[in-house]
Amino acid sequence: MLKLEKRPSPSALMAWLSPVFAVLLTVVCGVILFVALGKNPVTGLAVFFLEPIKDLQGWSEVGVKVAPLLLIAVGLAICFRANVFNIGAEGQLVVGAITGGAVGLYFDHGEGGGALMITLVLLAGMAGGMAWAAITAFLRDRFNANEILVSLMLVYVAQLLLSLLVHGPLRDPEGFNFPQSRMLSDGFLLPNIVNGTRLHLGFVMAMVASALGWLFLSRSFAGYRLQVGGMAPAAARYAGFSSRKALWTSMLTCGALAGVAGVAEVLGPIGQLTPSVSPGYGFAAIIVAYVGRLHPVGVVFSSFIMALFYIGGELSQSRLGMPNAITGVFQGILLFSLLACDVLIHYQLKLRK
Amino acid sequence: MDTRLTLRRITKAYPSVVANDSIDLDVLPGEIHSILGENGAGKSTLMKIIYGSVKPDAGQVFWNGREVSIANPAEARKLGIAMVFQHFSLFDTLTVTENIALGLPKDTDLHALSRRIRETAHEYGLALEPERHVHTLSVGECQRVEIVRALLAKPQLLILDEPTSVLTPQAVEKLFHTLRKLASEGCSILYISHKLDEIRALCHRCTVMRGGKVTGICDPTEESAASLSRMMIGSEPPAIKAAERLPGETMLSLRDLWLEKSHPFGTTLEEINLDLHAGEIVGVAGVSGNGQQELLAALSGEDPRAQPEAIMLNGEAIGRMNAARRRKRGLGFVPEERLGRGAVPDLSLAQNILLSHQNKTTIRQGMISFGAIQEIAASIISRFKVKAPGPQATAGSLSGGNLQKYIVGREVMRDPKVLIVAQPTWGVDVGAAAQIRAELVALRDAGCALLVVSEELDELFEISDRLVVMAKGKLSPPIKRSHATVDLIGQWMSGLWDSKGTTSQEAVHA
Repeated sequence: MLKLEKRPSPSALMAWLSPVFAVLLTVVCGVILFVALGKNPVTGLAVFFLEPIKDLQGWSEVGVKVAPLLLIAVGLAICFRANVFNIGAEGQLVVGAITGGAVGLYFDHGEGGGALMITLVLLAGMAGGMAWAAITAFLRDRFNANEILVSLMLVYVAQLLLSLLVHGPLRDPEGFNFPQSRMLSDGFLLPNIVNGTRLHLGFVMAMVASALGWLFLSRSFAGYRLQVGGMAPAAARYAGFSSRKALWTSMLTCGALAGVAGVAEVLGPIGQLTPSVSPGYGFAAIIVAYVGRLHPVGVVFSSFIMALFYIGGELSQSRLGMPNAITGVFQGILLFSLLACDVLIHYQLKLRK
Repeated sequence: MDTRLTLRRITKAYPSVVANDSIDLDVLPGEIHSILGENGAGKSTLMKIIYGSVKPDAGQVFWNGREVSIANPAEARKLGIAMVFQHFSLFDTLTVTENIALGLPKDTDLHALSRRIRETAHEYGLALEPERHVHTLSVGECQRVEIVRALLAKPQLLILDEPTSVLTPQAVEKLFHTLRKLASEGCSILYISHKLDEIRALCHRCTVMRGGKVTGICDPTEESAASLSRMMIGSEPPAIKAAERLPGETMLSLRDLWLEKSHPFGTTLEEINLDLHAGEIVGVAGVSGNGQQELLAALSGEDPRAQPEAIMLNGEAIGRMNAARRRKRGLGFVPEERLGRGAVPDLSLAQNILLSHQNKTTIRQGMISFGAIQEIAASIISRFKVKAPGPQATAGSLSGGNLQKYIVGREVMRDPKVLIVAQPTWGVDVGAAAQIRAELVALRDAGCALLVVSEELDELFEISDRLVVMAKGKLSPPIKRSHATVDLIGQWMSGLWDSKGTTSQEAVHA
């Protein structure tokens, strides 16, 4: 019989290689999956991993998906390191999209816009995400409510709120009763950073967030306080670091980043408010954060992988006739592979005699 | 006659160290056999091998003359081996009874077990409430749970890893009585302790270990404490001279400190009064669980619920301040738990500096100055002779004694005006303990006011200028060390002090 035995000293190298193994394991599982469905695994994998990045257009589309994933994953990395299990980034994203979108629609009369206006709209989105995260932080702080449950349930509230708005007050009067808002005019949209593609400024903001996140977590004293609170609450009390401050800082930071991710979707690829502004970026970013080892630079790579899954999933539906659950399946396999590989960092398999 | 337990050429190597190098050991039935050695000498590994929780790389184990291979603790228990670990294996969220039930068959009746625990605890004078959750217990109380758990099994061999640190001198006598009784009934006892006096008083035979090897087997009754400690560490610990001292100005004063308990099984602090002067060490004696944890948390700022004026630091009311603000005003604190409280296990020694050194050198414009913390960590390692690969080693990779030296060093280096120390030498070997005590005394001589909470009376008698005793959330009046006796302090530990009589006595001598 097999048994798990604790390793005397876990290897630091393996801790970093584990996500790589997880990705490879996901590929292996992908092959099995394609074979089981009667598809050619080589074509299948090519659609997932090569097709999306075969030209500039492809790379830019991957970048479009990386932007929200990376923004949120940086925020989540900060939360999780502080032991604040905010899994409601999706809700914070949606509310960011709502507040940002609403402010944009309010000022947009078919003309105008410009850098200042876009900044205002982005700030509105940021504020929306922060406000939504603040609800969770407040309930946890004041009533010790479990932040996992509260933040998760607030996701559904946020989605229903968006649905209510695009069916009601924010619906385009000339939109043939479709549940969506007016299109924002060009002056309000985020500028593209590569001509002829949809790659927008949000990608740059995400990369900046990653760099700032790294600076915060590994160089600043505030980031140190936050992580000590996550690793050893008693040591944080001993040092005099406030656990409330850590809770609020991490929740608000993550809410702000998720809010920006949401409004950047509205000002970027979507251009209007629709009932669904995100294909689950907020949830996928949880996997991104863990695969990236909760490291603000590590998540750059994992958000790239996750973006590939999104695009590969879409392509395999159109090219191979795969069901649309395929993206979710790959995300799930990746998470499970990572958890399995992580177990082996700290434990080794032994044959029981 | 067959031996109860015989080990032959037991060897166990870890990736970085050979913990046991060809160890031989014979334990006779009814023998109280002590294992003496510094931290890192390999005692714990050897005990874990006997108890089946670690597998040796080579060597043989004979149990009652028959060769056995003990694969796991359950088999060890089946053979009749029980162990009280130095580091407790208790689940915080379960009650005492539930924790003990975990090691027993599945169909154990919890109510009956609860009664048996009460009876056994009572029989050996170990106060214990079986319904309490473990997270509400102090370190000392956890150890009581472990002792009772071991005794419940009616073992043939009982392994005790430093069991007396949580007991009053009277209770130690009682435990020794129990152990001698157990031994006379034929139960063998393996007794690990660094208290040489105890070993000499209790044990029939002593195996000394150093660096993973057996360096001597002797009859402890025929050795002196000095000769035993020489065998163990190769040199004698420096003695600390006792000298009468004039107290300086009052640095920390507690005035009618009342503090409601923060959880149902905590201790309410009642009317604590104490003045701590510059250049003196006040020792706080007492059995753990009598309010020491609560007092320490109230003093350190981890529990900032006290009335502001109840705690005055250098004339300033600090009862409501958090630990960081008190630290800025010159307070230092060495907590009882090293890992997870005094240090973060997963962070490097250098990064752990920031828990208490938060000033312009270590933090510039909100950014950590890595050069500065590295330097401080390196200087602590060299000055306090911490055995560590360097400032980058994680705190969790150090042995208990070395980490304690590091934490004490970290607090001493801050030059605090008032230093509060909990269990300075708990689980620390003789050499390191002597070094830590000498550092505390040096700090006192430099004018710092120290409050030392310890369960080891010898230690308090060695370094304190004055002693107080905590019992049931109250603090006894202070008594000069020169006027205190072990008997008197032991009596006070049960809460029996005559507050009027002793205060007047104190006034006479002040």
